[in-house]
Amino acid sequence: MEVALFVPCYIDQLYPRVGLATAELLERNGVTVHFPEAQTCCGQPMANSGFFDDARQLARKMLDVFSPYEHVVCPSGSCTSMVRNHYPMLLPDDPRATALRAKTHELCEFLHDVLQVRPRGRFAARVGLHQSCHALRELRLGSGSERLVPAYSKIGTLLEGIEGLKLAELTRSDECCGFGGTFTMTEEAISCAMGRDRIADHERAGAEMITGADSSCLMHLEGLLRRDGKKLRVLHVAELLEEATR
Amino acid sequence: MSDHAARAAEFVADQSRMHWHDQAVWFIRSKRDVARSFVPEWEELRSLGSQIKAHTLSRLPDYLEEFEKNAVAAGARVHWARDADEHNRIVHGILRDHGVARLVKSKSMLTEECHLNEYLEEHGVEVVDTDLGERIVQFRREPPSHIVMPAIHLKKEEIGELFHHKLGTPVGLADPKQLAEAARGHLREKFLGAQAGLTGVNFAIASTGSVVVCTNEGNADLGTSLPPIHIACMGVEKIVPSPSELAVFLRLLARSATGQPITTYTSHFQGPRPGAEMHIVIVDHGRSRILAREEYRNSLKCIRCGACMNTCPVYRRSGGHSYGVTVAGPIGSVLAPHIDPKKHADLPFASSLCGSCTDVCPVRIDLHHQLLTWRGELASLGLVPLHKRVVSRVGAWLLARTWAYRIFGKLLRVFAPHIPNPWTRQRDLPPMPRESFRAQWRKRVRPR
Repeated sequence: MEVALFVPCYIDQLYPRVGLATAELLERNGVTVHFPEAQTCCGQPMANSGFFDDARQLARKMLDVFSPYEHVVCPSGSCTSMVRNHYPMLLPDDPRATALRAKTHELCEFLHDVLQVRPRGRFAARVGLHQSCHALRELRLGSGSERLVPAYSKIGTLLEGIEGLKLAELTRSDECCGFGGTFTMTEEAISCAMGRDRIADHERAGAEMITGADSSCLMHLEGLLRRDGKKLRVLHVAELLEEATR
Repeated sequence: MSDHAARAAEFVADQSRMHWHDQAVWFIRSKRDVARSFVPEWEELRSLGSQIKAHTLSRLPDYLEEFEKNAVAAGARVHWARDADEHNRIVHGILRDHGVARLVKSKSMLTEECHLNEYLEEHGVEVVDTDLGERIVQFRREPPSHIVMPAIHLKKEEIGELFHHKLGTPVGLADPKQLAEAARGHLREKFLGAQAGLTGVNFAIASTGSVVVCTNEGNADLGTSLPPIHIACMGVEKIVPSPSELAVFLRLLARSATGQPITTYTSHFQGPRPGAEMHIVIVDHGRSRILAREEYRNSLKCIRCGACMNTCPVYRRSGGHSYGVTVAGPIGSVLAPHIDPKKHADLPFASSLCGSCTDVCPVRIDLHHQLLTWRGELASLGLVPLHKRVVSRVGAWLLARTWAYRIFGKLLRVFAPHIPNPWTRQRDLPPMPRESFRAQWRKRVRPR
């Protein structure tokens, strides 16, 4: 199977190891990975701020870059949701937008639904799972606490086969960390308060590290952890799975 | 333009109070989770509620006229108000015609929205809010901070102090039961002395011409049973076709609002009681403008349960007053810009777009999508700060060109740690990697 890797701009620039871990994981599961080098950013920061015309420009570029591929995989719930849920709205007349929607997957979703793998490995730690909002409520990687539907968690299922890994039980299983794109800058006070409350929840639950499907949330939490001199560390779920199944 | 971020920062600055508020409101969200888990068909019920509202809104004028006809047949007088001002004049007119100088009111967010109290007081009418929370904020001369729990921002000690000054309770009394008892005694006199009673309306039934008021304190019943005049004020969107549809909403409302299976009192008013008068004031105040906008129409489905506020991580940590509008939180941020987009341009941005509001809403309003739609509209109206527009435009230019993006990325990694910005006020930046993913990928694919 051939897959085009969609590496969000901030992962490309700030968390290259998350991109590498993603590629590694996919390859380990028999996938041939391509990285189309013309890619830049999906346009979410612009769309999130209301500048739909600016976002549209970048959406078109994304369509040019990724349309030729059969599968597109991205280690971010938020950027995946941008492509899947917002491109068809931004570019209603471009049939490539709906086509790209159907073939773009967030990494865990791709592993769980398309490759249907259940990783086996070892990772001895008590891990707090941060359910990033867009992965949870826009891509439905989990059931979520608001809705009355049978409980499931695709990331949880992927982590089930990892020996030694214990999921920390949080008081608020899926509250937002406060990153929220440009919100994190324009509403900095609330954003940081939300982040610190999430961290406290993970600490109370005895987590040794926080994992999740979005490096943006994790960057926010990591920034607070470092500033506050805390021991807790963050690790993208791609890195965790890559290390566990090495 | 008002500034949610600044007021929110103030609220957050008092950390212990902010956490207390967050916990108190989250407790209600948790109660809601428990209450709805006893209704296995909850998700279908939400869909049904949403569909009934969609249907009703699609033929709103017909249902409103049907309601008017049946209400009049039952002996009520029906008044139509285009906006807040006309609403206030109509209510005052009714009171003036009957020589009413003392009015008791049960909870009505519509009258808060219209600033009726201030209007009537200016015209010499004594207005007493009889909902306990509403009475507390009225004593403090401040707006409610929550549509269901108007005084949720206050601690019992603060209410004790307020009641000491206003009602003469002993200094330091902060026992909620005793404070409520003191308020009861005080309100009882107001009920007995009132010449008219005003209520809000939770639902208006087209087929029967009756209005339904849901309370936990029974104050609406006392306020309409004692004085000879009952004025019920409702927004045009409160209509339901018939009692069977009402049943769906009664199951959704209290569970979503407070985690109760149903409110203590669900009172139906069909025409005046013998010898009394009943007036119904139907208010538009911007609602038909929302109805005309397809992308925002869903927001008129709102039954004012407040669940979106209780679940909102921003509301819980910024308090209702930070929004600067009667209806705060996600639904308020969607509704307010319709009244004045310039004044409330900050509100659609007062959200991390986490989507919890959308999933908790009992009538499936796509709240976080509407917030995003508003951001787009505000940007195209030029109501977003210029520096944001410039950053977005320049950013899009750079990102549309792979070569420019690569250079910019490199510069960012070198210089970002040295540029002060809102990120670094409370947070560290991650250690900057020497090479981007793409540079490392190249080496991986073509090792030297």
